[in-house]
Amino acid sequence: MTDRRASLMVTCLGDLFFPEVGVSIVRVLRKLGVIVDVPADQTCCGLPLFNSGYHSEAAAVARRTVSLFKDSEHVVVPSGSCAWMVKHEYPGLLAKAGLAREAAQLAARTHELSQFLVRVLGVTEFTSAVPGRVTYHDSCHLLRGLHESQSPRTVLGKLRGAELVPLPGADECCGFGGSFAVRLPEVSSQILAKKLANVEATGADCLVACDAGCLMQMGGGLTRKKSRVRALHLAELLDGSP
Amino acid sequence: MSSDELATPFRQRADGAMKDTFLQEALTIATTKFIGLRREAFAGFPEGEALRDQARAIKEATLQELDRHLETLIANVERLGGHVHYAAAPVEARSIIVDIARRTGARMAVKSKSMATEEIHLNEALEAAGITPVETDLGEYIIQLAHERPSHIIAPAIHKTKGQVAELFTRELNRHAAPDPEALTRIARGELREKFLQADLGITGANFAVADTGTVVLVTNEGNGRMVTSLPRVHVAVMGVEKVVPSLTDLMVFLAILAKSATGQKLSVYTSLVQGPRRAGELEGPEEFHLVLLDGGRIAQIGGPLREALSCLRCGACLNVCPVYRQIGGHAYGYTYPGPIGILLTAMMEGTPAVKDLAHASSLCGACADACPVRIDIPRMLIDLRREVGDRKIAPWTERVAFTLLSRLLRHPRLYRLAARAGRLLQRPFAGSGRVSRLPLFFGEWTRTRDLPPMASRTFQERWASDMDLRA
Repeated sequence: MTDRRASLMVTCLGDLFFPEVGVSIVRVLRKLGVIVDVPADQTCCGLPLFNSGYHSEAAAVARRTVSLFKDSEHVVVPSGSCAWMVKHEYPGLLAKAGLAREAAQLAARTHELSQFLVRVLGVTEFTSAVPGRVTYHDSCHLLRGLHESQSPRTVLGKLRGAELVPLPGADECCGFGGSFAVRLPEVSSQILAKKLANVEATGADCLVACDAGCLMQMGGGLTRKKSRVRALHLAELLDGSP
Repeated sequence: MSSDELATPFRQRADGAMKDTFLQEALTIATTKFIGLRREAFAGFPEGEALRDQARAIKEATLQELDRHLETLIANVERLGGHVHYAAAPVEARSIIVDIARRTGARMAVKSKSMATEEIHLNEALEAAGITPVETDLGEYIIQLAHERPSHIIAPAIHKTKGQVAELFTRELNRHAAPDPEALTRIARGELREKFLQADLGITGANFAVADTGTVVLVTNEGNGRMVTSLPRVHVAVMGVEKVVPSLTDLMVFLAILAKSATGQKLSVYTSLVQGPRRAGELEGPEEFHLVLLDGGRIAQIGGPLREALSCLRCGACLNVCPVYRQIGGHAYGYTYPGPIGILLTAMMEGTPAVKDLAHASSLCGACADACPVRIDIPRMLIDLRREVGDRKIAPWTERVAFTLLSRLLRHPRLYRLAARAGRLLQRPFAGSGRVSRLPLFFGEWTRTRDLPPMASRTFQERWASDMDLRA
């Protein structure tokens, strides 16, 4: 497993709001013998622009990302939605600029974190940094965009010190949806309220997701209602001592 | 919906719907039930996935040569003694049907459930011409009594609880009704039996029309479709041009997945195949049969950005799984077709400006595309509509400026870092407790119901640049 190299695409939310997630990923990967680098001058994958219909603007941002990671062996992304953007949308978005091939190559080398751990590195056993009962929410882009429901559950299911309990309606949206959350805040909040009622009913201490957007939404809802449940990124749990 | 109601912004209509406790109760119960039934139906049907692909392929191939299939359909319906009419727009469809009703001296029309007739606002046109339309599908009957519109493609009264229906029957039919579905159905059945016998005209939609055989196919559960097509003297079927399928073999593929997607049934209770008027020696069926082919914005999309939406079977599966529809129901959307597919159909029929807000009524969670029996990529087309709304400057200028600024920040890391520093300074008065619970201006849309994590004192990239421990 040595000599693996991976570049961290920290994402805008990861960089600005959840730097500890990036720190955890670096530590976890390094423990597994992966040489981690972080290409400088990262901003955002462009998904917020793309989803709101600003496609030429998104393409300009995508172009930067492709160039930043052009020499990376693997690119690891802590959010299913950003990974989906790179893997599914970059090639089409950059076709006009004649960069479809470069974009497709980056797409093939880009992995959401849980997929990188389980499907690329083949590692599934970790010790929890946050012992207790955990439940898992499927982020929409990871689940329906990248068709991944198993990798995070495999890791959480085997996690030493943690008990994984199923979340009713785990595959239902949390109501984030990027700008949707502020364009239709009432609808977004009601979707969230139903999600959090399901979360609290599990009796879990910790709600895990693999997307910073969902964590911002669900975490923000949980602290607002002074819930005892903490919303954490998968990486934060995996960063325990062996 | 009337233009008065549409004058209320979408966000307020949605908010109103969420404050309607009856609606909330009814929606949660019904959509949850539909989701479970659909899931079970496909779980026990391993060939379903391949059939979904095949169904989509048939739709695509049919659209490729829609003109030829329509010509075949027309020739076969006429060969069987039926009449075919073509309506470019709803207004033409209305006048074709009103003319048929007048010419045949019809006073009362019984109707089987049809979204196409809702789309053309047929009932209003019939009433204006002195012809009484009577909806005979139970859900449609309920909302006709309530003077409302369908709020779901296959379950028009999904927004009503049984208690509300009982009150409605008690008030409108002047007889005591208990909030018991069986008892309520019995009352409706009694009322409708008379209407079937009195009606001169039967009006239906069409789930499919088979070109090869000139057959109109109706998929129903209550048997009212058969009464509507066999008892009155005249039968008029209204269908969007995209509903044609080449052959009966193709039809079987669709029937295998339609009811499973809609209600979780293997097949609906009734699948009626109607071929033209009554022929010599036949005991039942109408004397006259008319098929109205409706364009209504469809044909322009064969080569347009909404082409995929022409494959829609109107099963309603995307509504049931949509987190937005499940909160706000169908009426808040404001047009005939609600839910995710409804936004696309509204854009098709009313033009893009009509959906400038609705195009954003989705978290793009993708549940709709997953549930769609013919795998229509609804989120993709919603994004494309958003793009058109922006490109054509239909979106508010403030939004366009905001996104242009955002794209600047994201293209220039120095600006991005500057913005991060500015954000950290500006959040100070609000981030005292370690959570941001109250923000001014537009940002308050988030913090009214949710906290925001404060922006970190050092970004990850700042830590990576300076913490040697992290880099080692």
